[in-house]
Amino acid sequence: MKYLHLIRCNLTRKKLRTSFTVLSIFVSFLLFGLLVALRTGFGQGVEVAGLNRLLTVHKVSMIQFLPIKYLGFIEAVEGVEAVTHWTWFGGYYQDRRNQLIMFATDAQGFVEVFDEYEIPIEQQQSWLANRTSIVVGHSVAKRFGWEIGDRVPINTQMWFQADGSPTWEFDIAGIIGAGESGNDGQVYMHYDYLKQAGPFTEIVQQPEGVGDELGAVSMIYLKIDDPDRAAEIVEEIDSHFANSPAETKTSTEKAWAQGFANQVGDLATIVTAIVSVVFFTLLLVAGNTMAQSVRERTAELGVLKTLGFSDRKIMALVLAEAFILAVVGGLPGLAVADFVTSRITLGVAFIPQIYIPTRELWIGVALVALLGLVTGVLPAWQALRLRIVNALASG
Amino acid sequence: MAGAPSQNRQRTRIWLSMGGLFSWLAQVGAVTWLNLKNVRQRLGASLATVVGVAGVVMVFVGVLSMAVGFQRTLESTGRDDGVIVLRGGATGEMSSGLTLEETRIIGDAPGILSNAEGRVASAEVFAIVGVPKRSTGTDVNVPMRGVDQQAFAVRESIELVEGRRFEPGRNEVIVGTTAVREFEGLELGSKLNWGEVEWTVVGIFAAGGSADESEIWADAKVLQPAFRRGTSFSSVHLRLESPQSFTALKDALTTDPRLTVNVFQASEFYAEQSQTMTALIRGVGYLVGALMAVGAVFGALNTMYSAVSSRTREIATLRAIGFGAGPVMISVLVESLALALTGGVIGAAVAYMLFNGFTAATMNFQNFSQVAFAFAVTPQLLTQGAIFALVMGLVGGFFPAFRAARLPVATALRRL
Repeated sequence: MKYLHLIRCNLTRKKLRTSFTVLSIFVSFLLFGLLVALRTGFGQGVEVAGLNRLLTVHKVSMIQFLPIKYLGFIEAVEGVEAVTHWTWFGGYYQDRRNQLIMFATDAQGFVEVFDEYEIPIEQQQSWLANRTSIVVGHSVAKRFGWEIGDRVPINTQMWFQADGSPTWEFDIAGIIGAGESGNDGQVYMHYDYLKQAGPFTEIVQQPEGVGDELGAVSMIYLKIDDPDRAAEIVEEIDSHFANSPAETKTSTEKAWAQGFANQVGDLATIVTAIVSVVFFTLLLVAGNTMAQSVRERTAELGVLKTLGFSDRKIMALVLAEAFILAVVGGLPGLAVADFVTSRITLGVAFIPQIYIPTRELWIGVALVALLGLVTGVLPAWQALRLRIVNALASG
Repeated sequence: MAGAPSQNRQRTRIWLSMGGLFSWLAQVGAVTWLNLKNVRQRLGASLATVVGVAGVVMVFVGVLSMAVGFQRTLESTGRDDGVIVLRGGATGEMSSGLTLEETRIIGDAPGILSNAEGRVASAEVFAIVGVPKRSTGTDVNVPMRGVDQQAFAVRESIELVEGRRFEPGRNEVIVGTTAVREFEGLELGSKLNWGEVEWTVVGIFAAGGSADESEIWADAKVLQPAFRRGTSFSSVHLRLESPQSFTALKDALTTDPRLTVNVFQASEFYAEQSQTMTALIRGVGYLVGALMAVGAVFGALNTMYSAVSSRTREIATLRAIGFGAGPVMISVLVESLALALTGGVIGAAVAYMLFNGFTAATMNFQNFSQVAFAFAVTPQLLTQGAIFALVMGLVGGFFPAFRAARLPVATALRRL
């Protein structure tokens, strides 16, 4: 502890250089945080996909509908514990730009299949009880200032009420907790309510012959009891519907999420690649400055050694200096990135919420420590090997 | 003759002041030259600045070239004399639907170009098929469009580069060049199973680099039953006699009691489709660029401050033998600008080599399907990059230059 003063004096000797270095490190880690958040946004859902969840979609593409009666067969497959279905609603709130990731679902099946979603039990019950109610993701509720009990009008370009109106009224019954999933940017309504859609909708959205009346859904989710049996169940479902008017493609939720992320694909990869290059370039520049500042003081280190400081002590001093710079710059950078990303939305449907997962935050912290180590270790090692005579001569 | 001495005096004064200016310029030149020649001695730090600025400019130009390329692809898809008609309330073909009857009424509207086969209007079905993307191997949404033969007259830029057009009534498709390149299994002669039907690829078409090249086309009448669309269509694409007839057509269609439709000029329709994604990419580009610039400017400041402090004696000596503060200040600024510009030029050149013409495919959220595009590093972007570099150099050099100019000569010399 008594050496803290010495370290502080060293750091404050060239205040300007120290602050620039700290600031560059700050910016680098701010950038790192934003980058990670953006990547999570693009690849949303891959991390949190349940291993025991599968989903079935139309083989040709996810916009084709599946007959709702398929649920009956799938539910009976051995190893399937619960099923539910989702249908894309295409809703937006007030302005077309506020597009919602909104699905019509079978609520009872939903709470069984997605049993890890954090919806308080009484909110769950009120959702199940009210046909016109919805549950909304935490971040959606926050974005629009919605609260439980509110009645909100939501428009859609796809489903029209019997009177031709594109506006649907919903009661907010529950809010899905933010949790760690980040998968909280969605809205779920009752499929039964959607059935009210007028006949005009059917011409457009209801492919003839697929189901009776409005009996078509976008995708079917199922929960299985044993993730190891996923491949068998996939095979059983897909082979059963092979050569039928609506062939199916079943996959694990994780594979599906990964595939969906790949759709945005290239863009996210490219942004990630170039920004990481720059992150390291900036760190290199900052690291160089830090190492240089130690090299400039070679003579002083010689003096310290003359005064009786042990090699190890000097090495520790130099390392500590580098560490302090890295920590003082890096941690606030991460903190600010975390603060900012948890409070903004990009305004693009499907990338509703960007955030930094805890795991990535820890990687950031580890990088901060690594930076301190890497920039400190070389000068520290040089300091360790320093011979007093040479050191004093260099001044 | 009386005026001569005063005239002479005036001329002398001009000469003297000119001389002053010249000597000042000579000073600037000398100090700056000395400075630049000595950059080599501070190579490490100077290089760090150059690399930092180069990195920033490279990323800045690279990310923005992505936005420019995406925008260019979509904008080149729509012509001024093209029109897209969708169901009322719909803003994309995905959420639109028109009956056969409605498409006929639309085709009869005034202002539509005619050719030998009739009105240049194509009632189209927009669908999506899952096709593996080459870069990842996973299925992505590829747009599949059922068209009328008039579609080729609506979009004149369509040009068969291999094979032939599909024959009406047969299960044949033609595929855009970028789709063939980005997605697997779409080569000429391939057989594909979509919607209970086996399709054969009989042709490959180019479309002037537009988004049409990412699509798969078939006869609308064959696509409808295969995708269970009955007799319904998604949209009508048509061509006007001239761009001026747009208003007349729009008025006719929107006031027709038999129709509830949205009428878009094709150029605006596609420009708008690109907006969300372009704005997002631009936002990322500017944000990342600005943040990195801050870091690079710190780097430049560090370099220039240490350059100034390592030259304390030199500067003080120069000042002592009569060099002014201005030339010293300018020399530092010029050095910083030169370093930044070098970095900027390198960064822009690398961005050009790496990114120009690089193709990528991403999701066009407006119709939920893939669109492939080529990055475009335009001269404007390169200029922007260079200006950006100069701004970084200016900011990074200004304060150190100021310090150099205000260096107390006596103190600095005493340190000798």
